[in-house]
Amino acid sequence: LALYFHIGEREEKCIIEDIPSDTLVVGNYKVQRWDIHKHDFLESAPGLGMFVTVTSPSGEVLLSKLYGPQGTFSFTSYLSGEHIICFQSNSTRFAVTAGSKLRIHLDIRVGEHFLDESAIQAKDKVNEVNVRLEHLIEQIHHVTKEQDYEREREEKFRKTSEETNSNILWWAIAQTVILISVGIWQIKSLRDFFISKKLV
Amino acid sequence: MFLRGTAGPWGWLTLLLVACAAWASEITFELPDNAKQCFYEEIVQGTKCTLEFQVITGGHYDVDCRLEGPDGAVLYKEMKKQYDSFTFTASRNGTYKFCFSNEFSTFTHKTVYFDFQVGEDPPLFPSENRATALTQMESACVSIHEALKSVIDYQTHFRLREAQGRSRAEDLNTRVAYWSIGEAIILLVVSIGQVFLLKSFFSDKRTTTTHVAS
Repeated sequence: LALYFHIGEREEKCIIEDIPSDTLVVGNYKVQRWDIHKHDFLESAPGLGMFVTVTSPSGEVLLSKLYGPQGTFSFTSYLSGEHIICFQSNSTRFAVTAGSKLRIHLDIRVGEHFLDESAIQAKDKVNEVNVRLEHLIEQIHHVTKEQDYEREREEKFRKTSEETNSNILWWAIAQTVILISVGIWQIKSLRDFFISKKLV
Repeated sequence: MFLRGTAGPWGWLTLLLVACAAWASEITFELPDNAKQCFYEEIVQGTKCTLEFQVITGGHYDVDCRLEGPDGAVLYKEMKKQYDSFTFTASRNGTYKFCFSNEFSTFTHKTVYFDFQVGEDPPLFPSENRATALTQMESACVSIHEALKSVIDYQTHFRLREAQGRSRAEDLNTRVAYWSIGEAIILLVVSIGQVFLLKSFFSDKRTTTTHVAS
C-alpha cells in the first residue's frame, strides 16, 4: 500500500471510478492518525475506523460499511457508469479541538487482474502456463466489457452533439419568426396609436 | 496487490520481493475550486517512475501540477496543463510528493485523473529458478501480455478523451439552451417595452402642451 494522502479528521474524501457493468472492484486501504505529541503518524490507532460508502450511477448505495483502521472492501457494479467511493473516519472528535489529520493509504484494483500465485508456485510447467492463460483471458474479457461500455458512452456523446445541433437550428428559426412578428406588431401598434392621437 | 492462497516460506519471500518492485495507482478524483490535493509515495532509489494526469471535466479543463522529491527539490512543475506525462528515475530514497492545484479557479471544480507507475512490471516467468529458456507457449504468453497491457493503456486514454469531449458537448448543449431562452425573453421584453415607452412620450407631451397654452 504505497500511495497515500492526507485528509482532515472529519472530512469525507471521494474518488470516482467510471466502470462497465459486472466489474469487480477491490480496494485496500490503511488509515493512520496524526499524534500531536509524537509529531508523527501512529502505526495503529485503536478505535479508529473508516466508513466506506460506494454509490452507483443511479444514486443507489452499493456498499456502506464501517471497517477498522486497515481493511479490504470490494463490490461488483450492476450498472455501467460513475461509481463514487467515499471514505470518512468514524472519529467523533471535533477537528478544531483535535487539530488532527489522517493519512490514508489506498490501492484500488478494477477488473479481475489478480494472479492466483499459489497455483504458480506449484512447479508444474503446464499448470503455470494454464494459470497465465486464464489471467490473460480475464484481461481480454475486461477489455471487451470496456469496449462495449465505450460504445454506449460514445452514442450518448453523439446524441448530445446532434441535439445541440438541432437546438441551434430551431432556435435560429424561432428567433427569426419572433423578430418578424414582433416587428410587425410594433409598427401596427404605433400606427394605430398615432392615428388615434390624430398625429397622422 | 491482493495475494491469496498458501505457499512455502521461500515462495512468499520471492513473491514479496517481486511485488514491491512495481506498483501502479490510478485514481480519478474531484478537485474543488481553490483547492489543492497532494499525494505521497515512498520510492526506492533508482526506480523508474511515470506520472501521467488528465483533466476530465470542469472549466477550461486545466490544472496545476507539481512533483517534488524527498528533499523538496521540484522535479516537475507546470501551470494550467490539460494533460501531461512525466517519467523520472528516483535519485534518492524517500517520500516523493505530487500535488494538483485548482487554486486559480474561482468557481469551477475539476475532475482529475492520474496514473502513477512506480518501477517496471515483474516478468511473467521469472528467471530465478529456471533450467531452460522460455518455451514457445511461455513466450507467446509474454507477448500477448505485453500487447494487452498496451491495449488497456490505449483504452484508458481513449476513455478519458471521450469523457472530456462528452463533458464539453454537454456544457455546450446547456449553454445553447440557456442562451436561446434568455435571448427570447430579452427580445420580447425589449420590443414590447419600446412600444410602450414611445407611447408614453407622446402622452406626456400632450398634457404639457395643453398646460402651457392655458
